[in-house]
Amino acid sequence: MAFFQVEKLVKYFGGLAAVNGVSFQVEKGEILGLIGPNGSGKTTTFNMISAYHRPTSGRVIFKGQEIHRLPTHKICKLGIGRTFQVVKPLGRMSVLDNVIAAAYSRVNSHAEAHDLALETIRFCGMASVKDQLAKALPIAGRKRLEIARAMATKPELLLLDETAAGLNPTELIEAIDLIKKIRENGTTIVIIEHIMHVIMTISDRIHAINFGQTIAEGTPQEVASNKAVIEAYLGTDYA
Amino acid sequence: MKKNLVPLVVLAALAVFPLVVADNYYRHLMILFLMWVVIGSAWNLIAGYTGQVSFGDAAFFGSGAYAAGLLSHHLQISAWWGLALGGFVAVAVGLPFGWICFRMRGAYFALATLALNEVLRHGAAIAEGFTGGMVGILIMPSFVSKVPYYYVALGMAVASMISIQWIVRAKPGYYFVSIREDQDAAESLGINTHFYKMLSLAIAAFWTGVAGSLYMNYMGFIDPDVVFSLHDISIMAILVGIVGGVGTVYGPMVGAFVMVTVQELFRSGFFGLLAFLGKATGSGAIEAIAKTITGAHVLGFGILVVVVILVLPNGIVGDWPKIRNAVFRTKTAA
Amino acid sequence: MDVFLQTLVAGVLKGGLYALIGIGMTLIMGVMGIINLAHGQLMMVAMYITYVLHLAGVDPYISLFVAMPALFLLGCLIQYYLLNPLLKVETILPENQVLMTVGIGMVLTEVIRFLFKSDYKSVTTGYSNATFFLGNISFSVALMISFFIAIAFTVAMFFFLIKTDIGRSIRATAQDKDAAVLMGVNTGRITIITFGIGSGLVAAAGSLLAPVFYVFPDIGGPFTARAFIITILGGLGSTVGAIFGGVTLGLAESFGATYISMDYENIIGMAIFVLVLLFLPGGFKRLTKV
Repeated sequence: MAFFQVEKLVKYFGGLAAVNGVSFQVEKGEILGLIGPNGSGKTTTFNMISAYHRPTSGRVIFKGQEIHRLPTHKICKLGIGRTFQVVKPLGRMSVLDNVIAAAYSRVNSHAEAHDLALETIRFCGMASVKDQLAKALPIAGRKRLEIARAMATKPELLLLDETAAGLNPTELIEAIDLIKKIRENGTTIVIIEHIMHVIMTISDRIHAINFGQTIAEGTPQEVASNKAVIEAYLGTDYA
Repeated sequence: MKKNLVPLVVLAALAVFPLVVADNYYRHLMILFLMWVVIGSAWNLIAGYTGQVSFGDAAFFGSGAYAAGLLSHHLQISAWWGLALGGFVAVAVGLPFGWICFRMRGAYFALATLALNEVLRHGAAIAEGFTGGMVGILIMPSFVSKVPYYYVALGMAVASMISIQWIVRAKPGYYFVSIREDQDAAESLGINTHFYKMLSLAIAAFWTGVAGSLYMNYMGFIDPDVVFSLHDISIMAILVGIVGGVGTVYGPMVGAFVMVTVQELFRSGFFGLLAFLGKATGSGAIEAIAKTITGAHVLGFGILVVVVILVLPNGIVGDWPKIRNAVFRTKTAA
Repeated sequence: MDVFLQTLVAGVLKGGLYALIGIGMTLIMGVMGIINLAHGQLMMVAMYITYVLHLAGVDPYISLFVAMPALFLLGCLIQYYLLNPLLKVETILPENQVLMTVGIGMVLTEVIRFLFKSDYKSVTTGYSNATFFLGNISFSVALMISFFIAIAFTVAMFFFLIKTDIGRSIRATAQDKDAAVLMGVNTGRITIITFGIGSGLVAAAGSLLAPVFYVFPDIGGPFTARAFIITILGGLGSTVGAIFGGVTLGLAESFGATYISMDYENIIGMAIFVLVLLFLPGGFKRLTKV
């Protein structure tokens, strides 16, 4: 039994199949990269895992339990955290308050939430901005806040949705370091990313999809040289 | 310690007010003020902190008022029991209310609350056998003096403000604001947004219902158009909230004070000043204005809504820096 | 059977008129996402314009041509001075513009009350009570004429939106404001014009309804509610939907009044509103393609 698996997920929006039969498994402690051109169904898959959409068919199984019919907040409590592709800061709250709100999912007193939040903020390298309003942060800060918030819910599985988009080279290095640190800390990660450099360096395995279906799976090297993947990204001329 | 000084002084002043001021007119106004502090705090919780703007507060106010009134009318129980019960009746009304309305977000939620409010108003008018219909309910007030009512109202105001602040500073408070800021993000953080929205509504309904029961006991008379009134209750509650400052601690108090003053200004034609001026100067025009202004409080409310939203969207407390700059800047310029 | 048919006819005729009210609102909601709770009050203003002109001897169907441009102008002014500025305001309170329209509605009602007092006025014309009969079913002449004028306006709106440049700009702004701006649409001007058109349409409804309803300041509120129900029933921004919504509401009220009780007329609308919001969130639009 895999730590986490997604089985033949299908999602129709009206007549259009955004996701049409995606399956993959994730082992505890690994980093699985999810790649594919724009519109291939990656974020929709994440949305189905975290129950923002109900799958038209298929199953999501986490630690042996079917979760695809549970509400989003229960899935968080079970141990799956996520970040959003289009960041959702709780704008008029400070960074610290953002993370405290997340921390309350695991503890109940204000003191404990405060401590857990501070710890998480330090872990994610945000201590210097902890009292700033979330909406005052630049994009790199907001992306990092997404991660800090998700981490404060103490997830066993973390879904990262394009956390590197919009970052400059320095910020990218910092982001990669943070992700590695999170894995070392014991969290399993599934990451959607467009920036090849990022996803190739940190993923143990990669799962490629296009038009809502799996087109390749394997190590980064295997997938990078896979004909179907090259065709999906660069067109048939390059295959 | 300094931060608490002003509120404590205000509280002390409020505590001795009826002992110092014997004029029943002002006592009456202060009782209304305290009642609106309660309603305003409740609205502030659901709208300011949780971000769910409700146009239906009158539904809870009316439910509380009728709970108290009907107890007395049908069961001959003192309406004071209604005070305890009114809050819970309002919650009982609020829960299905919320269940229906929270399925929608934003402006649709606001409108659904308005619609349900109207349903209750018409319902109360039609269900003559139960509620006395448009005739309303009349009870004998328990006290002749206004003083006991004042202290009950004061107790309610203090209790509502303290309890709501207590909740807001703990886990529910964080959750409410998270829901306001981004409901989807909140869900992803393990927050059961549906539950917490209902909780916020229940607390708001409770206090608004208690205020309604007080009104029944104090005024002695209610009917559907008075207690389920869109303009005089629901919109007044919104004005108290936004004039004072949405999502702030003392906003409801400031808002209640300003709004009760404004309401009375209109009702009495600037405290009788206009009528007096009219007679004194013999000016027909001023007398005419004095007469019409009494009925024009809704117009005043309308204009106030428009002006406040445009100029002071965060209320007096929220936009205080803005006000301070505008006032002091012109002073030094002169 | 006759009673049934009579109720049906009354409902459809009223419904056509309601559709006109609904189209204005759905346009405003679709394009600007603004819920205009002053819609009924705007109609009320048009009714009073019609009333005043009637006192001067002008037929309501002619006052149409005065009321419509007047309300168009008023609508543009409201949008420009009161609603557009709200877009730039930073505040915790999320429903600013709804509140603003509530305030506007209140001001309109009270100003009219100040000018005209609260008593019921009526605009009676020669044909106000005229009916003609088809078999045993009576058709109110006034309602019939209004019905057809309403249909005419609806069709005109339809073509306006689809065939003209401004119409297309309006639809573009409704679908995606940013994209419209990028394509050279002056969305600021479009929002002003749209509110104006919405107001103009409801003004037409007001003039058409004046011979048939009593005119008083508080008549605005219930009509705003109706407009809103129709808009939700028909689906946001859908002209065809507004027609279906209007007729549905007209029929519901008609049947409710006949078979249940006159008292329940207002509650029916509200109940439908809540039911639709619960069970048919997309409105009739889901069933059509416009």
